[in-house]
Amino acid sequence: MEHILEVQDLHTSFLTSSGEVKAVRGVSFTVEKGESIGIVGESGSGKSVTSLSVMQLLAGTGRIVGGSVKLNGRELVGLSAKEMRTIRGKEVAMIFQDPMTSLNPLIPVGEQVGEMLWSHDKALSKAEREARVVDLFQMVRIPEADKRLKSFPHEFSGGMRQRVMIAMALACKPDLLIADEPTTALDVSIQDQILKLMRSVQKEMGMSIMFITHDLGVVAELCSRVLVMYGGLIMEEANIFDIFEQPLHPYTMGLIASIPDLNQDKKKRLQPIIGSPPDMIHPPAGCPFAPRCPYACRICLEELPPVFRAGEGHSSRCWLLDEDAPSTGNPLKNRKEGQP
Amino acid sequence: MTKYLIKRVLIMIVTLFMIALLTFCLMHIVPGSPFTSQKQVSQAVLDALNAKYNLDDPLWKQFVDYMIGVLHFDFGPSYKYTGKTVNDFIEGGMPYSGTLGLVTLVFVLLMSIPMGIVAALRNGKWQDMLLMFFATLGVTIPSFVIATGLLYIFSFKLGWTPVYGVDTWKGYILPMIAMGGYSISFLARLMRSSLLEVMGQDYIRTARAKGISEFRVIWKHALRNALIPVITVLGPTIANLLTGSFVIEKIFAIPGLGGYFVNSVTQRDYTTIMGMTIFYATVLIAMIFIVDIFYCLIDPRIKYE
Repeated sequence: MEHILEVQDLHTSFLTSSGEVKAVRGVSFTVEKGESIGIVGESGSGKSVTSLSVMQLLAGTGRIVGGSVKLNGRELVGLSAKEMRTIRGKEVAMIFQDPMTSLNPLIPVGEQVGEMLWSHDKALSKAEREARVVDLFQMVRIPEADKRLKSFPHEFSGGMRQRVMIAMALACKPDLLIADEPTTALDVSIQDQILKLMRSVQKEMGMSIMFITHDLGVVAELCSRVLVMYGGLIMEEANIFDIFEQPLHPYTMGLIASIPDLNQDKKKRLQPIIGSPPDMIHPPAGCPFAPRCPYACRICLEELPPVFRAGEGHSSRCWLLDEDAPSTGNPLKNRKEGQP
Repeated sequence: MTKYLIKRVLIMIVTLFMIALLTFCLMHIVPGSPFTSQKQVSQAVLDALNAKYNLDDPLWKQFVDYMIGVLHFDFGPSYKYTGKTVNDFIEGGMPYSGTLGLVTLVFVLLMSIPMGIVAALRNGKWQDMLLMFFATLGVTIPSFVIATGLLYIFSFKLGWTPVYGVDTWKGYILPMIAMGGYSISFLARLMRSSLLEVMGQDYIRTARAKGISEFRVIWKHALRNALIPVITVLGPTIANLLTGSFVIEKIFAIPGLGGYFVNSVTQRDYTTIMGMTIFYATVLIAMIFIVDIFYCLIDPRIKYE
């Protein structure tokens, strides 16, 4: 398969008055052509920062301090701002979390989408641009597309604005589309429409999608492979079946256990993951999840676990997979013996 | 829109009427009259004066008569300067105050907005510190101190500008700087904070994600949004500048409106007080009205019904 995106040992930090916040601490993954990959994690896990690092749109003092980001085989880290601009929007485009604030309130939506086309093809005439925007609006199913070009963002609902954002991101037919929690700010019924739309445009255009979310349910709908992030690290990587059927990392297990289930006994309470994420100015020496992990051993607190491979495309950063891990109270070994 | 405009004009008329009524009442509550003076004047003379100017009529009748005059753009005679009307004062003072106001306004806009933009884009760097240092001086030092300092340096020591009067265009330079100082500083600070806020908005990130140049991000996406709060305060600022500052006009001996306004109050020159107040209020209300209309043009979210 052909790598569209190849991230190697990415480190991204923010300089704040109280110290260097190490938001991403050595993340490596690849995205293949036409693939949709999900990045899951709670707030502060580094998932958004990873995506903004790829775009080089880090806010304020955010800097990539190490590692490599290759898009279509070309190294992006170290590119000049000008070179990066030719890539942004053209090869990699992004959809943001909040459609209510992501569009400029003073500019008609047609013009905002048209600007994306203009930005990468100055030869296009205004009429050609408008025609293309109408096509894009039709593709994202904005009704009466030709009449909505002159509308302003405030005349659209949240779902419609997110469709405009998707149209904008797709305008230059990017090879990679990064969607940073594109449905989080929307009603559940609208979420479903937007996910279906993204699936259908992906089928139509064949680009790769990097889907950032805290919602495993959303990932299940759209992605074939999942990265679970915690404390600026990828804790587990697996295909979509393995992540639900055979999670290897206690954090992933915790995430799955906290998904509400309609068929579940109503008296049984949802299982939260007790505790809160680590302080990223002084990240722990060991596994960042160890203080919250029900299976933590001494080594978990002392030494950062390496990435253990556990089969085709499945890996986990957890000491439980080590050969020397104890079998008593080990959820992985019990499963191997007791369960199918 | 038309309906809104008609409504606004009606409200403006009511507002002006209320301002006139309030000023009239306050003016008559204050003891003394235009003819109070240190010289002993016989009661017969006072009665004759009051009768001549209809000041012996009941107050409500005086007000009604006055307002009828105002409707015909007649602000009445001055009680203090024989043979002069309030219209003469306005017509005489407005060209000076207006010219000074206009050049100051242009100067203020040309200085403050670029200053605010530079300070915001160089946030935290030396350019920002330097500009905000001057902006803080500008809002804290009173205009008469600035004016005196400028006069001392540029007129007295260097002799580049006249010490008083506006016989040549050079005479406008120092008053313009002294009068604009506060507005420049205030608007530059406002522009800076507004642009900083806009630059942190999600839609700026969206614009950057398109791969357009940073110049275009600022020029096309940030500036228009950042100007909205600045336009809000522009209405009262323009009215202030146009109707003149008494202090500045006094220091530079400019025969503008400000002097008449202040003198009329101390001298109980009833018609001049009323005339000046109504004139000033009209300019202020008109400017606020124009700004509101301007809003509509710049911000599509604002629709007047």
